Amino acid sequence: MEQLVNKYSDKLVQAKLGDTFGLSQPLIGGLDDTLVWNRKADEIPLLENVFKGLNINSLVFLRPKEPYSSLIGFLAGTALKSFGLIQPKDCETRTFLHDLPVINEFCPDKIIHALKKRKSVIIAPPKNNKNFKGPAIIAHGMVSPEQGFITISSVCFASFIKFFTDYLEALQHGIATTEEHCLFDAVIPFLNPIQTVLPKFISSPFPDETIVYSAIIEAGKKTVEYGLVDSFFGNISYFWNGTLYISQTGSSLDELCGCIDPVPMDNSTSAGITASSELCAHTETITRTSCRAILHGHPKFSVILSMDCDPLEKAACHFKEQCHIRCPKKRFVGCTPIVPGEVGTGPFGLCNTLPPALTQANSAIVYGHGLFTIGKNNFSDAFKTMLEVETLCYNTYFEKIRVLRKTF
Amino acid sequence: MYGWTGNILHLDLTKKSIEIENPSLDILNQYVGGKGFGGRYLRQCATLPWDHPDMVICIFAGPLSASISPTSGRTHILSKSPLTGLVGDSSVGGKLATRLKRAGWDGIVITGKSKTPAGITIKDNLVEFKDAKGLWGLDTRMVHKKIKPENASLLSIGPAAENGVRYAGIIVDQYFAAGRSGLGLCLAEKKIKYLLVDGTGHCKIKDQKKLKTAREDILRLTAASPALMGRFGFTCLGTGAVYDLMDNRRMMPTDNFCRTRFESASKLNAVAYTKSYSTQKHGCLGCHILCKKIGTDNKASIAMPEFETMSHFTALIGCMDTKLVVKANELCNHSGMDTISAASTLACRREITGLDYTFETVLSLLEDIAFGRGEGKLLALGAKQYAEKMGRPQAAMAVKGMELPAYDPRGAYGMALGYALSTRGGCHLRAYPISHEIFRKPVATDRFSFSGKARIIKIAEDLNAIVDSLIACKFTFFAAGLEEYASVYEAVTGIETNAQDLLQKGERIYYNEHIINALNGFSAKDDDLPDRFFTEAGSSGNNIFIPPINRNEFLDARKKYYKVRGLNANGLPGKEKAQTLGLLWNNL
Repeated sequence: MEQLVNKYSDKLVQAKLGDTFGLSQPLIGGLDDTLVWNRKADEIPLLENVFKGLNINSLVFLRPKEPYSSLIGFLAGTALKSFGLIQPKDCETRTFLHDLPVINEFCPDKIIHALKKRKSVIIAPPKNNKNFKGPAIIAHGMVSPEQGFITISSVCFASFIKFFTDYLEALQHGIATTEEHCLFDAVIPFLNPIQTVLPKFISSPFPDETIVYSAIIEAGKKTVEYGLVDSFFGNISYFWNGTLYISQTGSSLDELCGCIDPVPMDNSTSAGITASSELCAHTETITRTSCRAILHGHPKFSVILSMDCDPLEKAACHFKEQCHIRCPKKRFVGCTPIVPGEVGTGPFGLCNTLPPALTQANSAIVYGHGLFTIGKNNFSDAFKTMLEVETLCYNTYFEKIRVLRKTF
Repeated sequence: MYGWTGNILHLDLTKKSIEIENPSLDILNQYVGGKGFGGRYLRQCATLPWDHPDMVICIFAGPLSASISPTSGRTHILSKSPLTGLVGDSSVGGKLATRLKRAGWDGIVITGKSKTPAGITIKDNLVEFKDAKGLWGLDTRMVHKKIKPENASLLSIGPAAENGVRYAGIIVDQYFAAGRSGLGLCLAEKKIKYLLVDGTGHCKIKDQKKLKTAREDILRLTAASPALMGRFGFTCLGTGAVYDLMDNRRMMPTDNFCRTRFESASKLNAVAYTKSYSTQKHGCLGCHILCKKIGTDNKASIAMPEFETMSHFTALIGCMDTKLVVKANELCNHSGMDTISAASTLACRREITGLDYTFETVLSLLEDIAFGRGEGKLLALGAKQYAEKMGRPQAAMAVKGMELPAYDPRGAYGMALGYALSTRGGCHLRAYPISHEIFRKPVATDRFSFSGKARIIKIAEDLNAIVDSLIACKFTFFAAGLEEYASVYEAVTGIETNAQDLLQKGERIYYNEHIINALNGFSAKDDDLPDRFFTEAGSSGNNIFIPPINRNEFLDARKKYYKVRGLNANGLPGKEKAQTLGLLWNNL
């Protein structure tokens, strides 16, 4: 357990959500028969009471770094003025978190109450509160501290997406507030610049299976290094010698060693049952496009722009409450199509919408979810495309903001 | 009242009497349904022998049954196990729970003994005892043909139960087996051949709109689950999809758990059955996962074997024939016999006698067991008793008398702990650690480590206890969680709840089972694995090392479990913890 609480503390820092010192240092507790913490902290006595009130095995506590701190603080403040819930519309929240409860004090009873219902709670006391500096996020796990780590990552990602999406929409409707303008300006310096220098990859043809595994592991690590994922998650595959080698479900793209499933395309084995949820989308894409490499990440501005819709068209749309599964319009960022679709294989699964889109372009964005890119033979092509699309989305977003702010 | 009907049927086979109990909403909310209610009644007669006339057999639906709640079609059956002497229970698919609820009943509690074979029919509020002399001796398929249940749900036992097989099962709606624990023998002891239930009513739901939203949340999650609805998931290939995975992870019990790799596995996987038998999707009433597979053999419909049956009738007994597996599965289902226990007992025999099996000898021995002939009489006692009587007790791969399923514990240490501590003996379903140790859900854990596993197992047992009470299917929990099912519970019953409150009910239900077992003399000496797992390595290879389990580490994890569960060092429950959970306490 000691190893796990330290591991996920380090990963929160690596994901640039937490820090190695100061207020944003992650605090993680793991409980088997005894409770262990990754460090000493003033919050521990109160969090121990939270452990006593819940049938769980781990808690992750984090005051996120900027820009997440300001963004979550703002969204939480707004939520507290109504029902105490932040309701992002990205895929991750819709599917796994449902909504993000917010409370206004660091109080065990309130934390327990919220965590009995949901995987996380945001604590956002008033700014002048001297006893507790917020905002902070607490998330629990019943199997591993990894659950809390994933939840907190998702809360930060969802909050980021929500603020920038809402702000664009508010400008389009001419209702953006001074507070939103100020916050937008304040967090811009904290955005990580998109790297433009391409890394080197193992080049094809890959002579044997071992090199295929190495190439996948390398591409996964680089996708994380370049910040093209939500924390560490996404999926990746390579087709070689009649078999699709694909990352396992829930695997961390920077730790793919031992987490790649070989899935023969002739369906002769079911060992791929632990493969990524997007296995069907990958195999169908390979079949339709003859590409070999597929990369899927969650670059933030690709996700944000995928949710951008002309206000007048949206107002008149019959499916405006179901954009993520029924958007009827063909939309693009540059040449990259935006398609609806949910995770997995259901009737509205992206396995139905993504592969046809990738026959038209070597990239496609799934609404509110993430970006898929393909490479004919190499991961370098897929990676380059991912970087280019995200750069385009970033530039397009800020150009839209610039024009709209000038207009109003 | 929403969710529950508020009516529990008490049937006494001795007196042929029918009584109706109307528990309060508080009681219903406390015990929930299924396993929870079964435990309530079993506790009242916990120390009686399994074959005592006053021993109960409980057949229960749950508050979610007969609603649109995903995977709510299962029924829970509970009594004292003739195989183990422990709590004996089984969750079974089909449409029984739905029909029972629509007939106006939350559950049935059966006591007494009929002098002659009897059937029970329920059509809404009309409950009748029927003469079943003409059906006694018939296999479950013939009973189905004779009774022709059509829209009604039919539960029946076969010759195995009538002939005293300790691991006799119950068959529901032709294809669904209530296996493990020998519950078929419990019914046979009371001379009940069948139960036929039909209902035309509807259950009241508090908030249909909220229920629909909660249902959609769960469906979205299951669609995102590779294990359930992925290309190789249970929807496409049935539970047999696990077969290749166990081979790949080198944890397929082979040659009575002497090895963990079966070289022929790749030719005997789920894909092979799908091709050979043109399988179709089938499942419990209202289920969207449809994990049951029905194939075609000579134009006749035939149930495909589940994963454990596929594995144990090949690797465990050293056979390499899918046709044999299908036939053995069919024979066990028709005669009403648990496939895991049957195959494991045959594997034990093979190890002791050194005699290998053929297609013919396996089927012939299974028939001998079911009909109480020759050597079959001894094999009908289960692996533990068979091995003891043969002078080789260590050859029984069982925990507390129940034969182990098809996951070798040397390849998953949470499973090792789960097997040892399960309240019904060697069972993979109480804690179901395959979810995180193999399927990586909700997140992956290190399968070769006991670190953190004590609490993980305890929480999972609590969770599965409430799942078996609501009722939902455990498979859904590869994807969804109690967070989503709490919303369903609220929508159906109108009672405010949350994931943690439901988990607490599960803890209470499970602790009650510990008390029942302790009242019957079970303690830490029984919470153990066969020696083989601590002394012999599995089949390492392909960069996977399968050493023997370190006994000290196992014992340390078990000790931690006792502490986390609120048991003493001897694995026994305590008054203080029982009272904290609101449970009745009798000094042990």
